[in-house]
Amino acid sequence: MKLITAVVKPHKLEDVRAALETFGVTGMTVTEASGYGRQKGHTEVYRGAEYEVDLVPKVRLEVVVEDGDSAEVVDVIVKAAQTGKIGDGKVWVVPVETIIRVRTGEVDGDAL
Amino acid sequence: MRTSATPRSMEGMTLMEINAGDTAWVLASAALVFLMTPGLAFFYGGMVRVKSVLNMMMMSAITIAVVTVLWVVVGYSLTFGGDTGRVIGDFSVAGLKGLIAPEAVSGTIPTLAFVAFQLMFAIITPALISGAIADRATFRGWIVFVALWTSLVYFPVAHSVWFLDGDNPGGFIGTGIKAIDFAGGTAVHVNAGAAALALAIVLGRRVGWRKDPMRPHSLPLVVLGAGLLWFGWFGFNAGSALSAGTTAAVTFVNTQVATAAAVIGWLIIERIRNGKATTLGMASGAIAGLVAITPSCGAVTPVGALILGVVAGGICAFAVSLKYKLGFDDSLDVVGIHLVGGLVGSLAIGFLGTAAAPSAVDGLFYGGGVDQLGRQALANVIVGVYSFTVAFILAKVIDLTIGFRIKEEDEVAGIDQVEHAETAYDFLAAGSGLRGHSTVVRTEDPIDGDTSDGTAEKEGAKV
Repeated sequence: MKLITAVVKPHKLEDVRAALETFGVTGMTVTEASGYGRQKGHTEVYRGAEYEVDLVPKVRLEVVVEDGDSAEVVDVIVKAAQTGKIGDGKVWVVPVETIIRVRTGEVDGDAL
Repeated sequence: MRTSATPRSMEGMTLMEINAGDTAWVLASAALVFLMTPGLAFFYGGMVRVKSVLNMMMMSAITIAVVTVLWVVVGYSLTFGGDTGRVIGDFSVAGLKGLIAPEAVSGTIPTLAFVAFQLMFAIITPALISGAIADRATFRGWIVFVALWTSLVYFPVAHSVWFLDGDNPGGFIGTGIKAIDFAGGTAVHVNAGAAALALAIVLGRRVGWRKDPMRPHSLPLVVLGAGLLWFGWFGFNAGSALSAGTTAAVTFVNTQVATAAAVIGWLIIERIRNGKATTLGMASGAIAGLVAITPSCGAVTPVGALILGVVAGGICAFAVSLKYKLGFDDSLDVVGIHLVGGLVGSLAIGFLGTAAAPSAVDGLFYGGGVDQLGRQALANVIVGVYSFTVAFILAKVIDLTIGFRIKEEDEVAGIDQVEHAETAYDFLAAGSGLRGHSTVVRTEDPIDGDTSDGTAEKEGAKV
């Protein structure tokens, strides 16, 4: 199994979620996040005092999928989240050792 | 334009009849001016960080309570009851003694209407100071400061500026120097601004000043507060006519005109300097204009108010940056807006004053020479220096005895939880903002009556 983590622009979340649902991904975890890559932040001005706001709001989306689905799911996310402008985010994949469904105690593939 | 009704003058003067219109306007104005302090709580509260908003609001709220008690016990008497050396009143009407009698008349209104109206000024003046020491003052220290500064500075200054006593000499600034201060540019704003500077210096800079971002946590609260202040200010200025007639109408219009012009003045400077017109700049410009027109609303024409407003808005937009150059942390710019704005408005009388206006003095531009300008300058220097000095000493003494600055770790943790055992916002229970990102897919309105069985509601909730 793979854990796929995507950090994307907040307004692309619904596109990504819908695309994943269409693909067949049945669940996900989404958290609000902030950070920056090449995009950097922006400047705000309060009574003439300028503040560099470095961190940009993002959403962090996590799904766990079977090894075989991993590449396709990543593709679905990237396509749905892409605007072509700087700040579109990142997607990365890491292996998952085990997964358990809390309600039933099912393990690994059955728990997905 | 102020007066008083001491028992002595009541006996000595022919009793004037109470005018219903004047009384109604002054009582309504008292309520308007009262609303300014809750407005100030929003204005200041929105400007501080999340961890200090309650303390900021409490500093205004406790001032209402403390000064009201003080006013009834001795404050009114020390300000408008009789005269001692032209600088302060006496104890003749302590406890508002005798003022519930129908004979207690001040001008054309019951003296108690004047008492109520003036109380609101005594409340907001010290409350204004609180903005200079945001995030870091002990609540007990603030309470003691408010009680002492109001007694030692506000009461005598207001007496010196506004006390009139028929043909007898009144307060030395108003009737001696003959400086004009219609509604409190000197007695309220320069007075509070000078004290604010002293407190910012004694308490010192906040932890992380100029390093950590200290941007306003809620500009909508700031806009709400500015709106309430603007609304209440009609009572502050036009109510100071103490009658419902031409003077009230002139000062009302001048207040509106100068404030609008100051918004434009501030935003022009911002647009040129920073590239954008900001919401905080709009609100700040409005307050700067209101402050500047306060002493001068009875002295200028509406066109004079227009000029005064633009100039005050522009100057204050620069003045708020002074603290960075001079290195004092006047957190919410009480000095840059109230001291500077009050000075601009007061000195402007020396230029833009016209004998055709209710205050009836010609300034430099109306052929009056520089005399009035000199009087205005002298009055503000006296009040500013006195207020700064007493505030400085009081703050030092409070700091050395009961403590005026909270501990550094408490300041970092947040003054709300340390001083009040509360926090303003429960973000966790409010939930994540992510829910707002879902797209509405259903566009049809629910059919009327369809919600009764709950089906439509459920469907609605799904999107």
